[in-house]
Parts: sequence; C-alpha cells; structure tokens
Amino acid sequence: MAVQAEPVAERRAAPFPISFYRTAVGKKVVMALTGIVGFGYVFAHMLGNLKIYLGETALNHYAEWLRTVGVPALPRGGFLWLGRAVLIGALILHVHAAWSLARISKAARPSGYAKQDYVAANYASRTMRWGGVIVLLFIIYHLLDLTGGQANPNFVRGEVYENVVASFERWPVAIFYIIANLALGLHLYHGLWSLFQTLGWSHTRFDPVRRKLAIAFALIVVAGNISFPLAVMTGAIG
Amino acid sequence: MNLTLRVWRQAGPDDSGGFVDYRVEGVTEDMSFLETLDLLNESLITSGDAHGPIAFDHDCREGICGQCGVMIDGVAHGPQPATTTCQLHMRHYRDGDVILVEPWRSAAFPVVRDLVVDRGAFDRIIASGGYISVATGSAPEANLTPVPRPQADESFTAAACIGCGACVAACPNGAAQLYTAAKLTHLNVLPQGQPERYERTIAMVEAMEAEGFGNCTNHAECEAVCPKEIPLGTIAKLNRDYIRASLRAPAKT
Amino acid sequence: MTSTTEATSTDQSRYFDSRLESKAPTGPIEERWDQRRFQVKLVNPANKRRFHVIVVGSGLAGAAAAATLGELGYRVSNFCYQDSPRRAHSIAAQGGINAAKNYQNDGDSIFRLFYDTVKGGDFRARESNVYRLAQLSVNIIDQAVAQGVPFARDYAGLLDNRSFGGAQVSRTFYAAGQTGQQLLLGAYQALERQIAARTVEMYTRHEMLDLVLTDGEASGIVTRNLMTGEIESHSAHAVVLATGGYSNVFFLSTNAMGCNVTAIWRAHRRGALMANPCFTQIHPTCIPVHGENQSKLTLMSESLRNDGRIWVPKAAEDSRAPGDIPDEERDYFLERRYPAFGNLVPRDVASRAAKAICDEGRGVGPGGYGVFLDFRDTAGGATAIAEKYGNLFEMYSKITGEDPYSSPMRIYPAPHYTMGGLWVDYDLASTIPGLFVLGEANFSDHGANRLGASALMQGLADGYFVLPATISDWLAGKLGKQPVGTDAAEFRKAETLVRERTAQLLGNNGKRTVDSIHKELGRVMWDYCGMARSEEGLRKAIGEVQQLRRDFWSDVRVTGEGQHLNQELEKAGRVADFLEFAELMCTDAMVREESCGGHFRLEHQTTEGEARRDDENFAHVTAWEMAGAGPEAGADGAAPLELIERREPLVAEYVQPSQRSYK
Ligand SMILES: Cc1cc2nc3c(=O)[nH]c(=O)nc-3n(C[C@H](O)[C@H](O)[C@H](O)COP(=O)(O)OP(=O)(O)OC[C@H]3O[C@@H](n4cnc5c(N)ncnc54)[C@H](O)[C@@H]3O)c2cc1C
Ligand code: HEM
Ligand code: HEM
Ligand code: SF4
Ligand code: F3S
Ligand code: FES
Repeated sequence: MAVQAEPVAERRAAPFPISFYRTAVGKKVVMALTGIVGFGYVFAHMLGNLKIYLGETALNHYAEWLRTVGVPALPRGGFLWLGRAVLIGALILHVHAAWSLARISKAARPSGYAKQDYVAANYASRTMRWGGVIVLLFIIYHLLDLTGGQANPNFVRGEVYENVVASFERWPVAIFYIIANLALGLHLYHGLWSLFQTLGWSHTRFDPVRRKLAIAFALIVVAGNISFPLAVMTGAIG
Repeated sequence: MNLTLRVWRQAGPDDSGGFVDYRVEGVTEDMSFLETLDLLNESLITSGDAHGPIAFDHDCREGICGQCGVMIDGVAHGPQPATTTCQLHMRHYRDGDVILVEPWRSAAFPVVRDLVVDRGAFDRIIASGGYISVATGSAPEANLTPVPRPQADESFTAAACIGCGACVAACPNGAAQLYTAAKLTHLNVLPQGQPERYERTIAMVEAMEAEGFGNCTNHAECEAVCPKEIPLGTIAKLNRDYIRASLRAPAKT
Repeated sequence: MTSTTEATSTDQSRYFDSRLESKAPTGPIEERWDQRRFQVKLVNPANKRRFHVIVVGSGLAGAAAAATLGELGYRVSNFCYQDSPRRAHSIAAQGGINAAKNYQNDGDSIFRLFYDTVKGGDFRARESNVYRLAQLSVNIIDQAVAQGVPFARDYAGLLDNRSFGGAQVSRTFYAAGQTGQQLLLGAYQALERQIAARTVEMYTRHEMLDLVLTDGEASGIVTRNLMTGEIESHSAHAVVLATGGYSNVFFLSTNAMGCNVTAIWRAHRRGALMANPCFTQIHPTCIPVHGENQSKLTLMSESLRNDGRIWVPKAAEDSRAPGDIPDEERDYFLERRYPAFGNLVPRDVASRAAKAICDEGRGVGPGGYGVFLDFRDTAGGATAIAEKYGNLFEMYSKITGEDPYSSPMRIYPAPHYTMGGLWVDYDLASTIPGLFVLGEANFSDHGANRLGASALMQGLADGYFVLPATISDWLAGKLGKQPVGTDAAEFRKAETLVRERTAQLLGNNGKRTVDSIHKELGRVMWDYCGMARSEEGLRKAIGEVQQLRRDFWSDVRVTGEGQHLNQELEKAGRVADFLEFAELMCTDAMVREESCGGHFRLEHQTTEGEARRDDENFAHVTAWEMAGAGPEAGADGAAPLELIERREPLVAEYVQPSQRSYK
C-alpha cells in the first residue's frame, strides 16, 4: 500500500516524547538510552561488589552506605528508591521497546529463507533478544535471591556478604549466575557497539575504536561479575 | 561444468511455492549467473517443463540498474562481495555444485512470480521526500555553490545505491535502513540538501516504517551484501539526523 | 566511384513530403530557440491541469519530461517496463555529459559545442536543433547540480571536467563512471516528487504495445500490465514517446536486455515517419564477446581513451604476454593514423580502425577480435586510475576474470547507440499530430554519429527544456476538449489487435525459442548491417530477415499464459518488432549510397579506407513511411513491408561540410 498519511499525522499530534517513541527509530533510541542506564548500573554495581574482596565489613558498609547516602536531604533509602525507580522505568521501557520492535521485525519477514548464510551478523547481534530474556529472568531470580531473599533459604536481611556466599555455595546457582553473566556479556558486547550507531555517534576517526570499546567494557563487566561465584566456588572467599 | 540449481518456483503472489531441482549442463566459466539461468530456461521451454521458464528480474546486466537480485546459497546476490547477481560469473563454481536460489523475502517486497518481487516500496520512500525541491529552470549557476571534496565524495558514495533491495533481503530484521540512509546521506550532506534536510529525514524514515520494513538492530549484514558497498555509517547519520529533526520539528502537521 | 543513384540527385522532389517541415525559425541561429518560444501558443497556468499527457519512458528524456510537465501543472501518466522508473537504461551511461560551460577556459563556447556535434555527426544533423542543444547544455548542468547530482569536483569544490572523443576541449561533466546513474536519479527524484504531488501517475511494469489514433491524431496508447497481463487503454491530449534506442536489434549490444523498438515501431506502423534507421553507433571500447551463451556486451566508457592507449602487436599472432612486447614492436594504430586526435578520434573512426586491424589478423585475445587498451603509461599510475575509473576496472575484472591493473584490457567494438529514430521537427513533434518523441527514440541531433557524452545532454535537453516549452503549442489548440475516452472504438480495436497478437504468440506452440531467433537476427544484422555494409550484403540480409520473420511466426514457442508475469511473451513481442524493423534498417542502409558517420558502405571509401561522404546527393534525412499504415497494420507479422522513402533536405548554414579529418 501507499504511504498512509494518517499514522504520521497521528504521531505528529502527540507531544514530542510520545510521538518520537511511536516510531521504530525512536524506540530504538530509547533502547539505547535505557541500555546506557542499564550498563551504567551493572558497571557501577560490579565495581561496588568488588568490595567483596575487601572482606565482609567493607561490603556490608557499602550496602549500608547505599541506603544512607543523601540523608538528611533524602529520607533513609531515598537515594536507593530513586535509583530503583530509574532502573525499573528504564527496564520497562527497554523491554517494551525490545518486544515491540521484535514484533515489527518478525512481521517484516513472515516466511524465512530455506537457508541464510550470515556474512557479517554475528552471534552476539543475533542473540540480543534471547540474551535479553535470559538477563531479564536472571534479574528476577537475582532480586528474589539477594534483595528479597525469597529464593535464598539462608537469606538474612542486611548481611549482604553472607547472603552472597550462601547463595554461591549452591553450585547450580553459581553456574546459573555464570551463564547469565556470559549472556549479559554478549548482550553488552553488541549493545555497546550498537548504541553508537543508534545514537548517530559516528565519525570516521572514531569508528574503528567503537568495536574495541564495546569489547573492553563487556569484558570488564563479565570478568568482574563471574569472578564472584568463581571465588566462592573455589573457596577464595567464603 | 554441470550444476544443479535448486530454484524457488511460485506461480503467483498467492501460490505457496516450493523448491524444484534442475540440472544444467554445459555451463562455462565465463558465463554469468543470469546466463546460466537463461540456458536453463531455454531447455525448460523446449522440453515443455510444467512450470515453464523461471521468472527472474534483470535488465542492464552490468550491475547498475538494480533490477536483478536473488538469494544464492543464502547470501543476497551470491558469494562474491560487492557484486550484483548479474555480475556474478560462473568461474566461482565447480562442476557438480548444488546452488540454492531464492527470491528476496520481505513483507514489503511481495513475491510476484518465482524469483521476482515487487520493490515498489522503495519508490514510495523516495516519493515521501527523497529529493531536493527545485523546479526545472529555477536552478542557479552550477559553480555558485562549491561543494568541498569530502562532502562531494561522501554524497557520491551514498548516491551509488542502485536500489536493488539486497540490504532488506539480507537483514535479519528485514529493515530498509541502509537504502533509506543511503538516499538521506546523498542529499543531506550537500549544501543543496540543507533547506529540506530535517523534514526530508522525518518524512523518509516514517515512510519507510509505514511500508512494513523491520527495524534495524545494527547487524551490519546489509553493508556486507550491498553490491555498491554503501557504508554502515550512513545509518548512524540517519539516526542522528532523525533525532535532531525530532527535537527540532515541533509536533505539527 | 561516386553514387550511382541518379534519381536522387536530379529529382529530390520525388521524395518531398510536406510533413517533413522542420518548423525551425529562420533568424540568426543563436536566436531561434528564443524566437520559437515566443511564437508558441501558451497554456495559462490555471488551464494546465485540464490537459492530460502520456509520457512513455522514464529514462533521462522521459523522467525529465514527466517531472517538468508535472511541475508545470499538467496531468501526466508515465510508463516504463521496469519495476521502477529509476531503472531505465539511462542509468547505465558511464562517461559523462557535455556542456559548453567553458569552466576550463580552454576555448570552449556554445558555438564550438555546436560545431563539434555537427561535425562529429558527419554533417547529417539539423543545425537549428544542434545549436539549441548546445545552448541548453549549460542549463542542464545547473539543474542537475541544484537537484543534488554529485558530479566530480576539484579540491576547491568546483565542478571538474574530462575530455571525450571528437573534441579538443575538456567539457565533459562526470560522476566517476556513473554519470548516467546520477543524472537519472536526479530526474527520478524530481519525478517521484511529482508522483507524491499527484500530478504524475506512474505506471511501472507497463509496456506500450500500440499507439491509438483518433481522426489522425495521437489520442492514447494500449499497454500490457506486465504483472497481471491485463491489456489496458490510456487516453490523453498528447502522447510523448521517450522509449530509448534499438541497438538490441543486434541481439548483442551494450543496451539493457529489455531495450526495444516496439513503442516507436508501433507508432511507425500507425503512420509516424522513421528517420535514418541505419544510423547506428558501434562503440569502440567494449569487452569482447566471450562465448555462445553470452547475453549482452559491456561497455568500457569512452573516457578510458583519455588515458588508455590502444595498440596491437605489430606482428600477427605475437604470443608474448602484452607486457613483454617492447614499444617498437607495438602498433599504436590510432596514434599512427590520426596524429592530431590520436586515441580520442570519434567513435565511428576508432571502431572501424579496430575492425580493420582485426580483419588483417592482428587482433588479440581468443578469436582474434580484440585490441589492447593499455594504461601502462598513465600519469599517476594505479592510484590515479583507481580514482578515475575504479568501478570500470572492477567491472572488467568481474566479467573477464583478468586484472586490468596488471595487464592491458582487451576491447572490441559493439553496438551501442542508435542515431536513427522517429522523425521529429524542431518542436520534437512527429509526423502524427499530438505525438512527440524525445531522447534516443527520436532521430534528431546527432546526425550520422553521436559524440560521446552527448546523448545524456540531448535526453535531458529534450525532457527538461524543449518539450515542456513546445508542447503547449499543441495543447493550446485542444483547450476545452476532453481526451477521447478509452471506450471509443479506436481503443477497442487496438486492444483487440494486441490481444489477438498475444494469443497468436502464445498459441503458436512451435519448436524454436524466442532467444534463438533473436540471436540469429543479431548475427545477420552484425554481419551485414554492422560496421561495414555493402549492397550485396544488405540484399542478402533483407532476404534472411524476411525468412527469419516467417520462421518466427510459424515456429516460435512462447510458453505460459497471458494473465501473469510472462517474460517470454514480453521478449517475443519485442523480437517480432525487431524482425520487422531490421528490414527497414537494411533498406535504409542500402539506399544511402555514401559512407557517413557510423554508416560505412564498402563501396564508398577512399583508397586509405576512410569514409567517403556524398554531400551532393545525400545531405538529407531519410524518413520512411509505411504503406498501408493504419489500424490493422501489423496484424500479419510475417508479411513483407512496403516502405516509402521520403526526405528532409539538410541545409548547411553555419558549418560547411568538409572532409571530416582527425589527422
Ligand atoms: C552502456 C551505455 C553507456 C552510455 N554512456 C553514455 C555517456 O557516457 N554519455 C552519454 O551522453 N550517453 C551515453 N549513453 C547513451 C545514453 O545513455 C542513452 O542514449 C540515453 O540515456 C537514452 O535515454 P532515453 O531517455 O532516451 O532512453 P532510456 O533511458 O533507454 O529509457 C527508455 C525508457 O522507455 C521505457 N520503455 C521502452 N520501451 C517501452 C515500451 N514499449 N513501453 C513502455 N515503456 C518503454 C523504458 O522502461 C525506459 O524507462 C550510454 C549508453 C549505454 C548503453
Ligand atoms: C530485560 C531484558 C532485556 C532485553 C529483552 C533486551 C533486549 C535488547 C535488544 C533487543 C536490544 C537491541 C539490540 C540492538 O539494537 O542492537 C538491546 C539493546 C541494548 N541492551 Fe538490552 N535487553 C534487556 C536487558 C538489558 C539490560 C539489563 C541491559 C543493561 C545491563 C541492557 C543493555 C542494552 C544495551 C546497552 C543495548 C544497546 C542499545 C542499542 O543498540 O542502541 N539490556 N537490548
Ligand atoms: C555475580 C554478580 C552479582 C553479584 C554478586 C550481585 C550481588 C548483588 C547483591 C548482594 C545485591 C543486594 C544488594 C543490597 O541489597 O544492598 C544485589 C542487588 C541487585 N543486583 Fe546484583 N549482583 C550481581 C550481578 C547483577 C547483575 C548482572 C545485575 C543486572 C543485570 C544485577 C542487578 C541487581 C539489582 C537490580 C539489584 C537490586 C538493587 C536494589 O536493591 O535496588 N546484579 N546484587
Ligand atoms: S543500499 Fe546497497 S543493497 Fe541496499 S538497495 Fe542500495 S545498493 Fe542495494
Ligand atoms: S542488516 Fe539490518 S539490522 Fe540494521 S545494520 Fe543492516 S539494517
Ligand atoms: S541486471 Fe541491472 S544490476 Fe543486475
């Protein structure tokens, strides 16, 4: 069919952020922005968690600090909840955009090829959606495990260090964490490179290092995160 | 050499279609891929094959009109980089090879017959704004506006797109980003293209989306199969201009 | 020996036809276009949308015309047989487009471009038209640049030029080796803009199969929708044909597979006079034929002759690698024979020289039909070459499997362009009122040989500037009149004829494929009506063409049905028309008892083998009429043609014919 004038006009009628989000390119930009939030969080989270290696008190202090930072300007836990709100919002947008864009793309190729040989698309780029789902499942489990404690029989609120160790001492859980973080690594490896494209950050001088930057940051996050279950399993911490 | 072609046959848009194997004998290495199809078709006509000759699109046969294009062994335009289907030569094949031939598959490119698809969506994207509005006769003296070499070259590189649709065919998302980005870059980097730059970007991106193409997740498969090697950077430009255009154009009709 | 057709010299009046009046104003040549634009009746802006114009063809000429007419406010229907207007064969033009901008300050001027074009055409073009073309050339560049056509530029950001054959100035504008593509995209984008504005309605994958006349005036066309097979009628106040050239009569040519003579041949059968059909151009620099199954030939742009040097080994059958042959054992035959122009002699001259060398047995490559085009001596070496001709070198290596950077290219002449076409006057109006013809489809501006980079210029001049200015003269007379409806008897009748012909092709059920007959036709035409022609050969060719036509109608096999995409049926219709047209082409070549431009008659050459023109007897355009042209014309495809010769005398007012010398 010819270009339909109506949806465009409708989009125009809505205020900027909404009209922007209604387009596929707009959604993609939102994914990139929320992806940056997510990446920022896991990166910082990983750095924070490195305190595990400084011992129980360091980590627990850090967790406590997270709850008291900003006090008295904010109520206790205020900063944490603010952060949580941003994270939840970002996650919802990110997942919603991913889901609706995936639907558009599915509809764009209703019947596939008998054979398709990829020349450039790599494993990471082709597993963004499933990798994302694994990460989402991980997050849910992770919250039940280390934040709420419902999935962790030995959970004690406030004893962050103990909780982590208790969790990873169950080897299937540790393996699950490792797998999930590898999936996250792939997701970040493609995602970090991809967001430069999505946000139009392209420049002939800078383009060659985009891929390297993405690899480096994905590796740092994965290496840091995987080191925790490994350390517990090998008894380096406990 | 003798080859087996496994070709998608589909009588019409509503037919479900399927693969049929054909043996082609006496293929020589200086023949082109389309000449091999010609040869097969000659025998399908004289032998009175039930499906008749294979319909496939082509015209210039020198890699410039963009009318040809099929998936060959799972790669748009076949195994040679930067080569259209019509410019693929049989010296890249060996006796006994089995070659799988499929049409472009995209909701926005419905199959017309066998290997022929309808790429009218591409024209409509251009109609939505892929031009500079200059009526005949109103042009100023050509050398009045110098265009610095880097811009001129960048524009030309993007303008080389032949509109073949391989980017869409190869994209795992069925996205038409590279094609649209090529046209936008062609016009948006030139001084002549500035007045309409942002409106053009909005209009073309939205027209593209309205045609039912998928959305780009930066697989870069398009760039790899593009016979004219349109750079992926054009997609970054499209996004950048679209973001800027959205921020600047107030919500108005 | 001079011409023996005495009747021609004494009795020109025999060929006189009042319809062949050029209508060019007669004042000073530089004022004629202004004069004519002032004379034409205008249509006021508000009335323009009342007029409906059919434009067949979306190449440079058609797309430019359709877009411009749309901008002016006319209602336009535009047709092409490809799936998008952008794919018209103009897209394939490589080398460039001429314009008398004199940016290089090397002595160019409108008059010089005019002079070069008339001389290049061997003094067989109409001066008024050519002068206008040279004038408009500068506007074309302005228009294209404004549209965003990315022409090559120098480091100051200004437009660059290169040289082309037949000229000693640099006036060719280019976009790498893709000039036609970039110009066509400019026109296509302008066209799409009008499609969006709904002034132009686009019909892609529609092939024109007949022209419809009402009361002797063009009133519409009959088309086949190639996707659905539907036969449809379209009516309008005027019909414009911009359907390109007919080089595919040779089967192997540099044209696209679908290029055809059908549109203009159908118009001819309906009464439009066909001019100079034997004026065809064989391009010197094409990749040589490689095998039996070859479907087309590929051009290597003439611009390569700027830097490449053409040679063959002095000794026949020298089997050394080209790089091992020292200079003194090479014959740079163009430089030797034509020291002034060297490798940049016009196409006809270069082609014949290459053929002569190969006929002597000194050709190179398999079969011996090829000469070297060598870039060894190019200043700047491989990098400079890659920058200027990269895409051509790539194309060459893809096709031949050889690396032209390390060993010279092999090239040979191939059919490329057709100067002949439907006769048009200064307004581009054919002899059928209301029928206009643009671009390569008309005969107008290139005489007996077209200079490189002039076809793009002509197509765009016709489409952007000439037709939009002149068509109002015709339309103004139609004010207040609706186009004849498509349910009128003439349309019904034409549709029936098209249906019957389609049914006949599909029902024939013979044994031969369309391609096999087309290939045979091509061989006959190449052998007898190609680069060298003789009366004896042409007679033979006419006999063989007639026989092929009978074979075609009795023995062709066209599979499938009419109600779907059927490419065999499309080809069959086109070949059927080529089979008729070929006879006209040979007949035209036979009556033109002189050698001029691309038309070389073995009987008319100097002792040095150069063409010998006969201005006394042949300074005219030959325009052919089909006897019995009318509604039923062409129903029996196998029937012999009855051709009547007419002439438009050519007057040399500004450029006196001289022996064309490039020495
Ligand atoms: C390989 C090559 C290189 C060239 N290089 C140069 C160059 O460097 N410089 C130069 O000046 N010239 C060059 N030429 C010549 C020049 O390209 C052509 O003469 C010119 O582009 C013709 O333009 P046109 O608009 O008349 O026809 P075309 O571009 O051929 O367009 C014909 C149109 O008519 C349509 N059509 C045809 N028949 C029918 C039908 N029956 N029904 C419906 N539609 C129909 C087609 O679909 C198409 O849209 C080159 C030619 C070739 C082949
Ligand atoms: C909850 C499940 C998730 C799903 C389904 C998901 C899905 C996706 C998808 C489909 C993309 C698009 C890929 C592309 O454009 O190339 C993407 C991009 C991205 N995701 Fe996720 N993701 C999820 C969670 C996350 C998380 C938790 C993070 C952060 C740690 C994250 C970070 C990113 C980044 C940085 C991008 C790149 C954005 C871009 O390409 O422009 N994602 N995600
Ligand atoms: C193996 C690596 C990881 C370890 C050891 C770990 C550890 C922890 C711990 C101990 C907490 C509770 C902190 C507290 O209550 O103060 C926590 C919370 C959390 N983690 Fe992780 N984490 C890991 C990886 C991840 C990853 C990869 C993600 C995201 C994709 C993630 C997301 C979260 C979130 C969202 C919370 C909740 C924060 C809040 O309280 O709001 N974690 N993590
Ligand atoms: S971008 Fe490349 S692949 Fe896509 S249509 Fe253009 S030339 Fe073809
Ligand atoms: S392959 Fe598809 S996902 Fe984007 S980068 Fe190319 S359009
Ligand atoms: S047929 Fe024209 S690009 Fe292949």
